[in-house]
Amino acid sequence: MSLIVEMKGISKSFPGVQANDNININIKQGEIHVLLGENGAGKSTLMNILYGLYTPDEGEIFVKGKKVKIISPNIAISLGIGMVHQHFMLVPPFTVAENIILGLEPKKGFILDLDKAIKDVKELSNKYELKVDPYAKIQDISVGMQQRVEILKTLYRGAEILILDEPTAVLTPQEIGELGIILKSLVSQGKSIILITHKLKEVMVMSDIVTIIRSGKVIDTLKTSETNIEELAEKMVGRKVSLTVKKETANLGETILQLKNIKALDNRGLEAVKGVSFEIKSGEILGIAGVDGNGQNELVQTITGLRKATEGEIKLENKDITNKSPKEVIEAGVGYIPEDRHNRGLILDFSLAENAILGTHRKSGFKKNLGLDYKKIREHSRKLIEEFDVRTPSEKVYAKALSGGNQQKLIIAREFDREPSLLVASQPTRGLDVGAIEYVHKRLIEQRDKGKAILLVSLELDEILALSDRIAVMYDGKIVDIVDAKVATETELGIMMAGGKTNENQWEGS
Amino acid sequence: MESMKSEFKSNIKNTFSEIMYPLIAIVFSFVAAGILVYAFGKDPIVAFKALFWGSLGDLNKVGETLVTTTTLILTGLSIAFAFRCGLFNIGAEGQFIMGGVISLWAGWAFKGLPAFLHVTITLIAGAIGGGLWAGIIGWLKAKVGSHEVINSIMMNYIAMNLSNYLIMTVLNEPNKAFSVEIEKSARLWRLSEKFIQFKYSRIHIGILIALIVALFTYYLLNKTIRGYEIRAVGFNPGAAEYGGIDVSKNIVLAMFISGLFAGLAGGIQTAGVQYRVNNLFGFTGYGLDGIAVALVGNNHPIGVILSALLFGILQKGGPMMQVEGIPKEVVGIIQGIIILFVAANFVRVMAKTFRGKKASHEAKIKEGVK
Repeated sequence: MSLIVEMKGISKSFPGVQANDNININIKQGEIHVLLGENGAGKSTLMNILYGLYTPDEGEIFVKGKKVKIISPNIAISLGIGMVHQHFMLVPPFTVAENIILGLEPKKGFILDLDKAIKDVKELSNKYELKVDPYAKIQDISVGMQQRVEILKTLYRGAEILILDEPTAVLTPQEIGELGIILKSLVSQGKSIILITHKLKEVMVMSDIVTIIRSGKVIDTLKTSETNIEELAEKMVGRKVSLTVKKETANLGETILQLKNIKALDNRGLEAVKGVSFEIKSGEILGIAGVDGNGQNELVQTITGLRKATEGEIKLENKDITNKSPKEVIEAGVGYIPEDRHNRGLILDFSLAENAILGTHRKSGFKKNLGLDYKKIREHSRKLIEEFDVRTPSEKVYAKALSGGNQQKLIIAREFDREPSLLVASQPTRGLDVGAIEYVHKRLIEQRDKGKAILLVSLELDEILALSDRIAVMYDGKIVDIVDAKVATETELGIMMAGGKTNENQWEGS
Repeated sequence: MESMKSEFKSNIKNTFSEIMYPLIAIVFSFVAAGILVYAFGKDPIVAFKALFWGSLGDLNKVGETLVTTTTLILTGLSIAFAFRCGLFNIGAEGQFIMGGVISLWAGWAFKGLPAFLHVTITLIAGAIGGGLWAGIIGWLKAKVGSHEVINSIMMNYIAMNLSNYLIMTVLNEPNKAFSVEIEKSARLWRLSEKFIQFKYSRIHIGILIALIVALFTYYLLNKTIRGYEIRAVGFNPGAAEYGGIDVSKNIVLAMFISGLFAGLAGGIQTAGVQYRVNNLFGFTGYGLDGIAVALVGNNHPIGVILSALLFGILQKGGPMMQVEGIPKEVVGIIQGIIILFVAANFVRVMAKTFRGKKASHEAKIKEGVK
C-alpha cells in the first residue's frame, strides 16, 4: 500500500499552548487510521491543519508523494481531502440532495439541475451502500442518517481521504455498528479514512492502525490487531487507568425522589416528556439510557425546576416540588450537574470564585453588611478547588480559561458541597477525557455510597452500565422499561433505545 | 493585609487593562482626525489647540465642559448598567426627558420647602420617573419577550411628545414655547455663587452627584448580591436561571436602575442648568451620546467618567474650532472615528496581529485554549 498522506514535523502553537509538537504521521491508502488522544491532545488541531483550517508553524505535508501547501479547505478539497466535523453543517429544511450539492450545484444554463443532483446522489449512495434517501429533509432524518449525508457530501466533492472528527459521539450502539460497516465498504473501494476519537472500544473495532497523541506529541503508532484496550488507555493518558468502575452492592434507604406521570413540553411547544414515572431510593443510582433528543433533557429540567411540568407530580423526600422555581428546588436539596457546562453550569466570564457560589450566593455565610463577602467567597472556592483537584493557577481566573475537565470538577465540587439529598447528573462526563471521566465516576459512586439518590442521564451506554444500579431506557418521551443493571446487556438496551421492546418476561423480577 | 494590597493592585491592573484599549483607540482617532484636517488644508495643531482651549482654556470653560460631562456620566452609566445585564437601553434618551419633566413638576409644584429637601425631592422624582419609564421596557422584555431596543426607541418618541404636551399645557409658561420655572429652593447649588472665577459658568454640584453615582454603580455591580445576579443574567441567562436567579425580575430591576440614572441626568439638567424645560423639536442627544460614552468607557464606571469627560471636551471645544475656520463637523468626525475604533475593537485586533502571526480567531479555537 502506498502512502497517501505524510505529515512531517508538524508544529503548531496557540498562545500559551503547544498544540502540535513535531508530529510525524503517515497514512497509507486504503486503511482506517485512528488518531487517539484525550481532549486537548492536539488531534483535532492536526486534522484542521490537514484540512487547511490552520496553517502549521512548522512542518511539511505530502499528499500522494507531492509536497503541498494547504492554506484553505478549498485546496484540501481539490487534493481529495474531505472532513466530517463533529457538529454537522447541514441546512435542516433542505433535502438530502440539496444539502449535498450545496456550493457545487449542477446547472442547466442558469437553472439548478435538481434531477441530475438527485441522480448523482443516488448513484453515490448505492455505490457505497449508504442507503440515503435524496428526497428526505434533513430535519426529518436521524442523526446517524445525517452523518451519512455529511460523508456523501465529501464523496460528492471527490474526496479520497476522509477525516471524521469524533463520529460516534452522537450515535446509538447500533448506528455505531452500521458506521463501522460503511467505513469498511469505503476503504474496500479505495478510500482512506482518518478517524479522530478518544473512545477506545471503537478504535479496536474500527481501525487498522492507531496513532496515539498526547500533549501535542505522537506517543506511538500501533497496529490495532497487535494491541489492546489497556495498552491504548495507558499510552493515551500517560499512566495506568482503571477502566472499570469499582462499586459495592447498593445499600438502599428511603425513597428520595418520586415521579408520577410527568409530562412536559420542549422549546417548540411539543410534548417531549410523555408520562414518566419512577422512584429513586437513597444510596441508589438510576441511569437513564437513551439516544439524544428523546426527552431526557426536558425531563431533567422539569425535575430541577427549569421547565414546567404540564401534568404529573414530583416529590422529593415526600415534599411536593412540582413546578417549584429553580431556587426552591435547590433549597429543597437537589444538586444538579447540567448537561451543558457552558450554557447552564457555569458563567464563563465569572471568576472561579464567583462560579463556586452560583446557586448558594444568597446563603448568609457569604454576606457582609449590604454586600457579598468576597474574602469568604474566595476562601470557600479555594477549599473546593483543593478538595476536588481543580487545576487552576488561582480562584481568580475566569471559568472560560479552564479545560473542560476542570470546569466540570468545579461544577461537581459546587454541587456536592451543598450536600443535596438528590443529585441529578446529566451527561456528567460529556467531552471529558479518560482521566477526568475516571475521576467523575469515582466521585459519583462515592456520593451514592454516602446515601445520596442519584439520577444519572447519559448518552454513553458504557457509562450507564458501569454506574447504574437500575437502568431506565427512554425513548420518544417515555420510559420503555426499567431494568436491573446487573442483568442488562448492551444489545438489549440498544434495541430499547431505538424504541423496540425486548421480551418482557426477561426483565421480570428486576 | 498583604493579600489585600495585592488584591488592590490586581484590581487597579484590571481596571487599567480594561481602559487601556479605548485609550489607545482615542489617540489613534485624534491622529486620524488630524490627518483629515490637514487634508482640508488646515493646520491640525491649530485645530486641536482650539478644541482644547475652547473646552479647558479657563475655569469658566472647564466649568461648562463639566456641566456637559455631568449629564454624560449619568446617561453613560445608565447604558453601561443595563448592558451589564445584557440589555441595550437605547431608551436613556426618553428616560432623560421624563426625568427632566418630572423634576420640573416637582421643582415647581412644591413651594416653601427648605432648599436641601426640595432639591432632593426634585432629583429623586426625576430619577424615579426615568426609572419607571425604563421599567416598562424591562417589564415588556421580561413578560412578553418583546425586544428592548425596539420598545425603547418607541418610548423615546412617546417621552418627547408627552414632555412637549405637558410643557405646552399644565406646565406651560403662558404664551411661551417653554415651561414654567422651578422654585429657587429646587435649584442645585452653583459654584459661581461662592467662587467668582466660575462667574460665566453654570457648573453646579451635580458633577459630585454624578461621581458618587458612578462609585455607587461600581459597588452595586461588583460587591452586592444584586450586582452578582444582574451580571450573571447579563453574561449567561441560562446559567443564572440554573443557579436559582430570577431572570425576569433582574431584567426589570436592571432596567429600572438604568432608568434611574438617566432620569437623574434629566433631573439635574432641569434643576442645575436650565431651571425649565424647552419644547423639544428633536431629541436632546444626551441619552444617545450616553451610548457612545458607555461604549468608549467599556461599560466600566470609571471608564464612563473618563469617556464622558472626553465627550464633554469634544462637544464644548467644537465651536472654538469653528472660530478658527475649521468646520465644527470635525468634532463629529473625531467622535465617529473613536466609536468606530472602539466598536471594531481595532486596537485589540492590531495588538494581536503585532504580537504574532496568529490571527485572533485562531486563539479562540477550542483545542488551543484547552
